[in-house]
Amino acid sequence: MDKIIIYMQYPFVQNALIVGILIALCSSLFGATLVLKRLSFIGDGLSHVAFGATAVAAVMSFADDMLLALPVTTVSAILLLKSGQNAKIRGDAAIAMISAGALAFGYLIMNIFSASSNLSGDVCSTLFGSTSILTLDRKDVWLCVLLSVFVLTVFVLMYNKIFAITFDEDFAKATGVRADEYNLIIAVVIAIIIVLAMNLVGALLVSALIVFPALSAMRLLSGFKQVMICSASLSVVCALSGILISILAGTPVGATIVAVDAVAFGIACFIGRASRGARK
Amino acid sequence: MALLTARNISLGYDSIPVAEGLNFHVDSGDYLAVVGENGSGKTTLIRTLLQLQNPLGGEIVLDDGLRKNEIGHLPQQTAIQKDFPASVREIVISGCQGRAGLRPFYTREEKELAEESMELMDISELAVKCYRELSGGQQQRVLLARALCAARKILLLDEPASGLDPSAAARMYDLIEKMNGKGIAIIMVSHDITAAVNYAKHILHIGDNIFYGTKEEYIKSEIGRAFIKEHRGGETA
Ligand SMILES: Nc1ncnc2c1ncn2[C@@H]1O[C@H](COP(=O)(O)OP(=O)(O)O)[C@@H](O)[C@H]1O
Ligand SMILES: [Mg+2]
Repeated sequence: MDKIIIYMQYPFVQNALIVGILIALCSSLFGATLVLKRLSFIGDGLSHVAFGATAVAAVMSFADDMLLALPVTTVSAILLLKSGQNAKIRGDAAIAMISAGALAFGYLIMNIFSASSNLSGDVCSTLFGSTSILTLDRKDVWLCVLLSVFVLTVFVLMYNKIFAITFDEDFAKATGVRADEYNLIIAVVIAIIIVLAMNLVGALLVSALIVFPALSAMRLLSGFKQVMICSASLSVVCALSGILISILAGTPVGATIVAVDAVAFGIACFIGRASRGARK
Repeated sequence: MALLTARNISLGYDSIPVAEGLNFHVDSGDYLAVVGENGSGKTTLIRTLLQLQNPLGGEIVLDDGLRKNEIGHLPQQTAIQKDFPASVREIVISGCQGRAGLRPFYTREEKELAEESMELMDISELAVKCYRELSGGQQQRVLLARALCAARKILLLDEPASGLDPSAAARMYDLIEKMNGKGIAIIMVSHDITAAVNYAKHILHIGDNIFYGTKEEYIKSEIGRAFIKEHRGGETA
């Protein structure tokens, strides 16, 4: 306990906690929508695209990886969403191709062009998250705050629309809701979240960060708003404990957060089943 | 002018027609029942009228004054997932989303409208209940309450009484008639030919033979007599 209090006074720990909380909050909000619209696979595919883009950005020595990863991921999100709506091209096959392709190209490019002496270390940290969350500077924190505020604002303003098109897109369209436009905005926001969250947990673990809290909340509660609030709180608590554990125990940050999320999901399943059993 | 006019429309999927050559119109305050055998294209017709799919041919003309967000809809089978977490109240008020337009939050009037619709459907005491835990009949009433929130001029219903026991079905038809009495035009697909001829003003019969006309004309017509005879026996009318 004393150790935590001492650590809390270091600015790098404070930065990591701020960024961790914001990313966990943003990523959990759209998790339920992705799960319920059967789009979780898009999150997975996009994170691989973001990995490929980050690899290219690293090789081209961009000042900031995000400058490339953000637009590329956004465009892919829009394309994947469109192909998912088109019943003739099966969306998941397209995504499997894109995501595996992006992964392969990203690794190849890093392998061929990388000047770094620690290649496998670089690849590993892009895939599973680096300790870079512990070495954030002011600019990183501000960028993250800015993007998070944007994501949260969009979520609050669109909450009722998100519910309507998630619950019953056909009804929404038939009664004059601009579902296509809203879907587009959601895709863009999800791309932002994925690029943000990649810094925290790495490309391979992003979709877990997005989906786990929502799935846990859905086990426990039965209203949409309740699920949103619960999954946001759960995600923040898990990220906080994950970061603290990783600092104390020296484990990798991203994997620790996702492991905590997974444990929370297990507990939620257990409680959900027990309370459902009790009602019967 | 008619709220909605169908001129020689054909319906279908992937350019394979299901029904062809449909002509009819719905005036404001009208009550049109769509009848026909299973698979004759009734659901396809409703989805086409709602512009969820395009007609293969012909045209659907909406009155200038009819905007999309004045249309209500009760789908036949919603693909709503079994595990969707949503309370009854959340679902009912989502029917106001069309009229909300770009406005992010619901107004007090819209919240009141949702409460009134729930009262009308007798589901007020279920308001905070979870949709997925309701019976089929209760779910149907929730979706109709949502449709009422959306319908200002016209209401399209696809098998509103399916899955309801006879007394609940009768209540459902009474409620729809009440809406019609308030001046909202109704287009209702029904399997229940007895209800269709009891309540509707016009009948559209689709299938191998097509009929469109008033209910009285339908009852006298050959196609109507045959269809009624064939199906009335089986119904729990
Ligand atoms: N999504 C679809 N794709 C292709 N064919 C369909 C689709 N939905 C329905 N059909 C076909 O269209 C015909 C009419 O279906 P439907 O409109 O549901 O009939 P009804 O509502 O009168 O029972 C059926 O033969 C059905 O097999
Ligand atoms: Mg049908």
